[in-house]
Amino acid sequence: MKFIRSEPAAFGLFLLLALAMALIPSDYLFDAVLTPFLAVSLAALGLNILAGYAGQVSLGSAAFMAIGAFSTYDLLYYIPGLPLLIAFAGAGLITAAVALVFGLPGLRLKGFYLAISTLAAQFFVQWVFTNFPWFSGGDSSGVVNAPPIAIGGILIGSPLRRYLLSLLIVAVLSGFALLLTRSRVGQSFLAIRDNELAARVLGVNVLKTKLIACAVSGFYIGIAGALWAYLYVRLIEPAGYDLNFSFEILFVVIIGGLASVRGAFLGAAFMVVLPLALSRAGAAIFGDTFDSGLVDISEQIILGVLIILFLRLEPQGLSALISRLGLKKKQSHPLPSGVSHEFN
Amino acid sequence: MDWSFFAGVVIAGLLAGVMYSLVAIGFVLIYKTSGVFNFAQGAMVLFAALTFVSLHEEGVPFWGAFAITLAAMIVLGILIERLVLRPLINQPPITLFMATLGLSYIIQGAAQMLWGTQVHQLDLGIADVPLPLNNILISQFDLFCAAVAGGVVAALSLLFRYTNLGLAFRAAAGDSFAALNTGLRLPFIWAAVWSVAGFIALVGGLLWGARTGVQFSLSLVVLKSLPVLVVGGFDSIAGAIVGGLLIGLTETLAEIYVGPLVGGGIDQWIAYVIALIFLLVKPNGLFGQRSVERV
Repeated sequence: MKFIRSEPAAFGLFLLLALAMALIPSDYLFDAVLTPFLAVSLAALGLNILAGYAGQVSLGSAAFMAIGAFSTYDLLYYIPGLPLLIAFAGAGLITAAVALVFGLPGLRLKGFYLAISTLAAQFFVQWVFTNFPWFSGGDSSGVVNAPPIAIGGILIGSPLRRYLLSLLIVAVLSGFALLLTRSRVGQSFLAIRDNELAARVLGVNVLKTKLIACAVSGFYIGIAGALWAYLYVRLIEPAGYDLNFSFEILFVVIIGGLASVRGAFLGAAFMVVLPLALSRAGAAIFGDTFDSGLVDISEQIILGVLIILFLRLEPQGLSALISRLGLKKKQSHPLPSGVSHEFN
Repeated sequence: MDWSFFAGVVIAGLLAGVMYSLVAIGFVLIYKTSGVFNFAQGAMVLFAALTFVSLHEEGVPFWGAFAITLAAMIVLGILIERLVLRPLINQPPITLFMATLGLSYIIQGAAQMLWGTQVHQLDLGIADVPLPLNNILISQFDLFCAAVAGGVVAALSLLFRYTNLGLAFRAAAGDSFAALNTGLRLPFIWAAVWSVAGFIALVGGLLWGARTGVQFSLSLVVLKSLPVLVVGGFDSIAGAIVGGLLIGLTETLAEIYVGPLVGGGIDQWIAYVIALIFLLVKPNGLFGQRSVERV
């Protein structure tokens, strides 16, 4: 286990595993498990850059995913012939711009105000997409099937191809995130999270750095939304991107590990497995009385308990727990201990 | 323009705002004394209302059910202090905020696990008939809510001003280190203040529950009260009231006069737009004292 201690090595191992998965001949696995897992991982990675590294909690991730989904649709609809990957990138940029608009009022202030300004995004964005058919290409029903997509003439039509495309995009963006978090900018994210005043004394432009984190985060989450809409649900509709989804992405980050790239993947995997495991375990122990409603409720309680336990005992989440499987590990981005943190 | 209709809309908006204030006050209490941005306030409203209405349906008389639910809220307050706040003491505010998100999931889940997920009707015995006053229609139920909210605020001010507990609350709010130095036990104060917030959640839950039915969506009233807090200031009870009135008023006016132009439903977000404007222009809110640092 020693060599997965460094994130790049773990990243390589993850890629190998993910590619090996492609050999399994199961459409269900790709369509219902792996592709949504990758999309959620990417969204969580985006949120982790903002919340875990820069310490700014956003509650609007699902809304930003919706912006990514609708922007992709609109770019492809209103600019015929636009290559798919360019549309994905464009959707990421549009989402980053919108994230900045909603982030600015909250990021100018110290503390949790971003949570409120991103809640504004959550409610406003869903309303806009529901009320203005222009965004759905003039369709007023609010639900549009995602048109077939192709890259360079190759139709992305099978579950395996959808999985491989999302894997490609997620791999590239994760690699970039690893570089970013190790760069000077990434280090200034951590400096701001740990102590804004000290960061400023060290010469970090606090507002500018927060805005960079917000824009990068928006870019990632927007592309995650595009993957979710085009490669997983294959529908363009505002309904799925509700507040609960935003919370779930935040929970993925907390459980997987704040300020850790692989934490996003571990947390997303956990969130995919938890409901399945719960319904199996519940059915085995309580029999038929354990219906889907009860699964939902117990999942809520277990998630809540896990959030509090992880925040109390292991803020670096599953990521740190896995590192412990090896010997003592020098933690790369330890969260501040209570004492060193400024009290206010 | 029909002025008596307009006046009716204004009054209805203000009275709706009172309902937001009621939830916001519980939030302010906790923020003031322990610095925690308590997202679980809405879940506490749901838990209290669901417990009360289920007991009442089992045949427990009104005040009996009220007392048992209040006791449950106090136990909940003590448990939260023990299991969540104390272990997380001195952590950054953002960590505490995320912990209250987890807490709200636990409380919501527990409430539904205990009492089921069906919608309950709650009848407080106040008829919801419009009361005509100079051609202006005013809902009797809204007036009752406003009176109850007024009573709660008055009781809170008395508690804060004339009791030792209130003095301790104010000391902890003013400077928690100094309070600790004079021998006040902060853990006790926190448990007490969460219990008082539980009481307010119970009152709010009964009024909201009587209006909308007791169901899961009650826990979402916290989302309505957040903009109220931004407008009024997170640490001011007066701010929570004025903020609530302002938000209630704008929401109702906007939905009636602007809504039809853009397809309706703007009451879903108009409060948040007002909050965003306040964050940009006056981040302390109207009455906030604790200084908000800009970067």
